[in-house]
Amino acid sequence: MSAAEEVVAEGHQAVEAVPKRAMTLGTGTSLVVLAALVIAPVFVKNFIIFQMTMLLIYGLAVLALNILTGGSGQFSLGQSAFYAVGAYTTAVLMEHFNINYALTLPIAGVVCFGFGFLFGQPALRLSGVYLALATFALATAMPQLLKLNFLEHWTGGVQGLVVTKPDAPFGLPMSQDMWLYYFTLVVTIAIYIFSVNLLRSRSGRAFMAIRDNEIPASAMGVNVALYKTLAFGVSAAITGIAGSLGAIAVQFVAPDSYTITLAISLFLGMVVGGVGWLPGSFVGAAFIIFVPNIAEGISKGLSGAVFGVLLFLVIYLVPHGARQVAIAGKSES
Amino acid sequence: MELFTNQVLAGIATGAIYACMALAVVMIYQAIDHLNFAQGEMAMFSTFISWQLMQWGIPYWGAFVITLVFSFIGGIAIERILFKPLAKAPVLTNVAGFIALFAIINSSAGLIWDFTIKQYPTPFGSAPFLGSQLISTHQAGMIGVTVLLLLGLYFFFQYTRIGLAMRAAASVPESARLVGINTSWMIALGWGMASAIGSIAGMLIAPVVFLEPNMMGGVLIYGFAAAVLGGLTSPFGGVVGGFLVGIFENLAGTYIPGVGNELKLPIALALIISVLVVKPAGLFGRHIVKRV
Repeated sequence: MSAAEEVVAEGHQAVEAVPKRAMTLGTGTSLVVLAALVIAPVFVKNFIIFQMTMLLIYGLAVLALNILTGGSGQFSLGQSAFYAVGAYTTAVLMEHFNINYALTLPIAGVVCFGFGFLFGQPALRLSGVYLALATFALATAMPQLLKLNFLEHWTGGVQGLVVTKPDAPFGLPMSQDMWLYYFTLVVTIAIYIFSVNLLRSRSGRAFMAIRDNEIPASAMGVNVALYKTLAFGVSAAITGIAGSLGAIAVQFVAPDSYTITLAISLFLGMVVGGVGWLPGSFVGAAFIIFVPNIAEGISKGLSGAVFGVLLFLVIYLVPHGARQVAIAGKSES
Repeated sequence: MELFTNQVLAGIATGAIYACMALAVVMIYQAIDHLNFAQGEMAMFSTFISWQLMQWGIPYWGAFVITLVFSFIGGIAIERILFKPLAKAPVLTNVAGFIALFAIINSSAGLIWDFTIKQYPTPFGSAPFLGSQLISTHQAGMIGVTVLLLLGLYFFFQYTRIGLAMRAAASVPESARLVGINTSWMIALGWGMASAIGSIAGMLIAPVVFLEPNMMGGVLIYGFAAAVLGGLTSPFGGVVGGFLVGIFENLAGTYIPGVGNELKLPIALALIISVLVVKPAGLFGRHIVKRV
């Protein structure tokens, strides 16, 4: 390789620089959204409550990816693997060890944090498409690993595991779905507040410095390797908790629920919601849950094509995702 | 030993397909700096077109040439209509665009030609090649076509004015524009060529994996892996990467116990990642120097 062949890349970064103030909603808007989320289940049917629960769960998973990509500038197509690890941790703990479902969440979070932190180590050397390929490999390998013979006693192999849905505690007059919805809502709010504060903290600023430019960040004394792996760990932990909640809500885990398709959906959710805008994660989650259904409703045979066309429409109209709409709304008022 | 030679030769033959796919991936990557996730689906659609032409009674090579022209124009059309408006959008938005294109092509092909598996003819026959049991004439033909294609591309980029213009537009767009190169059309041309190369890969592999809308899924993953392994900035590296991935995939499936067909892909990917950890720009890629 001669010096003349070297390419100098200038001002070329995969993820836009989003200032941390632009990453969240104002207090007023947040309270209105929160009130709506608390009241809504009273008026709707159980199936819709279930869908809202899934929306929160996918929203959390997209939020985790958003911290990784929008926060620290690393790209991952392997979120489905962390989601699977979280889901299986909960399922195994609940069904084999009879541990209370609420206690399995932090355990799943810790397990996934370790897993993500370790995976972040080799990922340190890679960036951009190379990192995408590495995480992609993780996502394709995960269903196969879960099917391995010597794990079958725990994971149930191809058949997967059935998870019992918890009842509302203290004799509260609530259906299981509604209880699970409120439980998920509380967890979601806790994680959301944690994420907002994380990005505002010293660590969050370090993530963003690395995202915007690694070399000056390290010159400023940011431990690039530590914070990059830390971002992977935190993202994996949140995805894992989302996975646990998902396992409880769906009442079933199987290797083929956690394929690369899930990782791609989560990625689309992030883009539609706006990279680096945390509330957008939930808009994106709504997109990946409802739009495929809408597409199916428009045309059974061409549902994939309709989905693609809708996706194209969204990215033409708002290439920066829901964040663009929110910012436009803010500057008008 | 005979098993080993056999597996290596079979690996080279499938590697030829991965090499074609990797070449198409590298072409588009050079032109627009993105990985085209819909590359495999574009190739699959082209292959269906050629199949349809043959159903209508057009001989193989006639259908082959018409399909190449169709893919070339189709590739340019996709760039002009769908991706030119996204040129200024963030990178990740572009990736979402590729995923959308993937869904559209896959679902349309399923609707037009349905999801049943179809036989696809080979122009080379499937007799043993030169009387040897190791490799069939179709596999030999695949390797031959890939090598020809690579040579052709090499001469195109190295010795023609338009090839030079394309290289210039890809490496330093601003300067290329200053000397009067229409960089926007060079990108479109890159899409067209990549689409045509992809269609060749599709038509060559269709006799092996059979024709159906999802046939390119696995092939594209290996093609990406090959392109990344060889270095995304080097077409030659992509081809070498393709052959290496093909050989390794076969050897891993044969010799590592308990691997079988299911774990072949993860193991191949794991190997590629280990290579990347040592050489982050791929085997033949250029080192990118960052300016602060």
